[in-house]
Amino acid sequence: MTSKNVRVKIGEMKTSTGLVKNLDISIGKIVDDNWEEPMGPTPMPGLTTLRNWDMTLLNKYKPFYMPDCDLCCLCTYGKCDLTAGKRGACGLNIADQSSRIVLIACCIGAATHNGHARHVVDHLIEKYGRRYPLDIGGLNVKVEAPVTRLVTGIRPQTLGDLDEVLTYCESQITHLLSVAHTGQEANNLDFESKAFHAGRIDQVGMEVADIAQVSVYDFPKAEPEAPLIKMGIGTVDQSKPVIMCIGHNVVPSVGIIDYMKEQKLDEKMEVVGLCCTAIDNTRYFERAKIVGPISWELRFIRGGFADVVVLDEQCVRTDASLEAERVHAPVIAASEKNCIGYKDRTNDPADEIVADLVSGKVPGVLILDPEKVGEVAVKVAQKVAPIRKKMKSLPELEEIKELAKKCRHCNMCQRSCPQDLRIEPAVKAASEGDYSKLADLYEECIGCGRCEEACPVNLEIHSFILKVGEKKMLAETNYCRSGRGAIQDTEIRNVGSPIVLGEIPGIVAVVGCANYPHGGKDVYDICREFALRRFIVVTSGCSAMSAGSYKNEEGKTLYEEFPGGFEAGGVLNTGSCVTNPHIAGAAIKVANIFAKRNLRGNYEEIADYIHNRVGAVGLAWGAYSQKAASIAAGFWSLGVPVLVGPHGSKYRRMLLGREDKPENWEVYDARTGDKVNVGPAPEHLFQTVETPQEAMVTIAKLCIRPNDTWKGRSIKLSHYIDLHKRHYGVMPPDVHRFVRTMADVPMTMKDEVTQILKEHNWKETVIPDPTLLPRMIRKKKE
Amino acid sequence: MSCEPWQCAEVAATKKANPITKPEVAVALIKRAAHPLLVVGSNAINRSMEGRQLIDFLIDFAKASEVQVVATAHMVGEFLKRGYTPAGFMNAMDIGNRLVDPTWQGLDGKGHPDLAIFVGLPYYMEALILSGLKHFAPDLKTMTIDNLHHPHASWSYPNGSLDEWASNLKVMTSKFEGGQ
Repeated sequence: MTSKNVRVKIGEMKTSTGLVKNLDISIGKIVDDNWEEPMGPTPMPGLTTLRNWDMTLLNKYKPFYMPDCDLCCLCTYGKCDLTAGKRGACGLNIADQSSRIVLIACCIGAATHNGHARHVVDHLIEKYGRRYPLDIGGLNVKVEAPVTRLVTGIRPQTLGDLDEVLTYCESQITHLLSVAHTGQEANNLDFESKAFHAGRIDQVGMEVADIAQVSVYDFPKAEPEAPLIKMGIGTVDQSKPVIMCIGHNVVPSVGIIDYMKEQKLDEKMEVVGLCCTAIDNTRYFERAKIVGPISWELRFIRGGFADVVVLDEQCVRTDASLEAERVHAPVIAASEKNCIGYKDRTNDPADEIVADLVSGKVPGVLILDPEKVGEVAVKVAQKVAPIRKKMKSLPELEEIKELAKKCRHCNMCQRSCPQDLRIEPAVKAASEGDYSKLADLYEECIGCGRCEEACPVNLEIHSFILKVGEKKMLAETNYCRSGRGAIQDTEIRNVGSPIVLGEIPGIVAVVGCANYPHGGKDVYDICREFALRRFIVVTSGCSAMSAGSYKNEEGKTLYEEFPGGFEAGGVLNTGSCVTNPHIAGAAIKVANIFAKRNLRGNYEEIADYIHNRVGAVGLAWGAYSQKAASIAAGFWSLGVPVLVGPHGSKYRRMLLGREDKPENWEVYDARTGDKVNVGPAPEHLFQTVETPQEAMVTIAKLCIRPNDTWKGRSIKLSHYIDLHKRHYGVMPPDVHRFVRTMADVPMTMKDEVTQILKEHNWKETVIPDPTLLPRMIRKKKE
Repeated sequence: MSCEPWQCAEVAATKKANPITKPEVAVALIKRAAHPLLVVGSNAINRSMEGRQLIDFLIDFAKASEVQVVATAHMVGEFLKRGYTPAGFMNAMDIGNRLVDPTWQGLDGKGHPDLAIFVGLPYYMEALILSGLKHFAPDLKTMTIDNLHHPHASWSYPNGSLDEWASNLKVMTSKFEGGQ
């Protein structure tokens, strides 16, 4: 990095004037600039530094707002009705308000990831010191932090360097959030630009979190062959004490695993996880198990599988502690962000805490020391397990039959169900002893429990579904590849050219949460389809789990069927949600390693490069959270399109191109300065797709880029046309917009495409050296 | 019959749908429109009544009323399988985005739709698009012909049973010249 604090620490020193103890002096910074890459134009950008770039994208992909609420109730002037153009008491209209909500969501997401990173980095610095070196892939990864380099201009080499990066991020988040105050920003596009900035900061924070934990905890380091991890509740040995960790922050789990190992108990206990903590646990300890994505928290706590529940942070059901109490599973809250009202026992002796939890004197405790979390969790699990195993946690079928008779058939369950599942007929059938309809709900239920909240006679409908789905649940035995972390520089060198030229038809990043419209099978199907087509398929977070939760006809999961490298036909899991920057980082590294573009503080140029050349698409089929919003924003600002499944429409703002407006699709040819129409490539920046079939067709289309060579475009078009014909039954009506020369037309589809070209009076055009930035034009037109 | 939103939390503020109390009202509104458009979502093949899928009812209606159909998601293939060619097909957000653009001249280029009729999208998606149109397409009227009430539409049927839905669709079809 460019600067370092000079710090003198003296433990104890005797001088003529007396004894000095624990002296710690910082005396400013020394420039240590051994990074030869010149600084780009935008290191550590502020709120408006990249505004022009954002506006360039926002002009091409205009927001389409779908307000989820007609009102604003954020200040005491309100509630203000903003319906159809009315302005509120502060002057804001509904477009401004909608974009303001987008910004707030992205700030929440960015703050959450950066808060996570701050906790990890501070903890590791305290334990290992600021000078602890970063290593995320040894000699295979020289560009260790592409996002951080790009955004901040800093090349972090030690944990202490990450501290400085985070300080910058924290200042930006503070400014960004302040923008959402009443009477600040007044324009929807400026709110949107700031949401993009939140996305950039989010990407940096996530990258910091992951490279810190990869370096210190010795997670797989950019390892294509990261271990295959057992996944599913069926893989858990119920005869052993089970500790269930839920959340995103691996630090408390490390405490648990370390203590187990110290006590030589790691073969005698099970550590299982839900949500991203699960993935990171397996990166630290191969014997840890993943039992499921975020949406299954209720399923597995209520199912009674856990002897101790350890909650850290993010996406933890706020009633998880109450659910655990119902099945007499003691709870340890291990994050200052999620104290659950429990007494802080951090400074109490471990054995006292254990005694209180085992006796049931308290249902849960707050412990903010990860080592103590480890000791307490392990001891409690060992003592509680023999007692708990005998406890019933779900109703028996006969009980369900009797309880179901209380149903008033009001249908409030279905009307409260996000999936619109036909619950009432299933309950009615159960009351008559037919459980098949309830069983059918198991796969599609996302486990939110809203049906129970709505039920006027308090039927525990979710428990009914779990009971009848119990056999299926216990049969869940799959594999997920442990998170590999970053993409190696050597992998980028191997695929950089075919990606940019279009010969690898695209990178599909299937990421995000598990708010799926019809269960996780769609994720598996989409990933497999594109892996078979030799796209590069990258997964992370809960989607990585869903991708591994189904098997092919040979009984192999995706991770067994396909290689884990960043290569054509690879299916790789980068890891938990804080590993998403490794996906963005791969695109950035293509620009840097393959195209030799400078990264350092050079955001706009690199984003322009990626937008026009790297055929990458994100799919968040079940995105639900504010973090998913900020992750998406980080990709938008790099010009990478993101698709969401139907529930993602609730992000209430799309960024849509108009393929029917040719003026939207002009780029500069950097060689000549001429404006060239390159067609809608990519057509959208943020779009909702309704069905998996539509997702597949749209992904193939969104991988098309202006820079594709004729060979690459021909390959991409063949996938787009083939998927379109298979799922839509017809040729794509817009295919003429993607053909620049006849060489672009796939050989086997020539007749059909030529017919469409004739119908549209198609004319050949040039393949430019595309850029949206006038300053990138090498030769001005005379 | 109730005029509450189907999904309980899908509430509107001051501009709420008028209930369609009988199918003849919907027919009159459609007949009054110069450029009506029917947007058909993916539930067209996921809902069945009287042994037929929703899409089959909608094809009958579209043929009788000659209202242009735009199919969302992959529904175009389902229409084509049944021998009916919709006027267009596109992503649900894309059609919403065009409807808020007053310069868009419709699928046939003959004029911006003045009535957008929605049916068969996932409830929450349909609700959001209708909200977008309510706020940003002031000259457009919207209607839903589902059996689920949509408060953000201009007109919407109350929540009803599948039998009521089938009956409404059949009556609507029969009231056009091409209907039975």
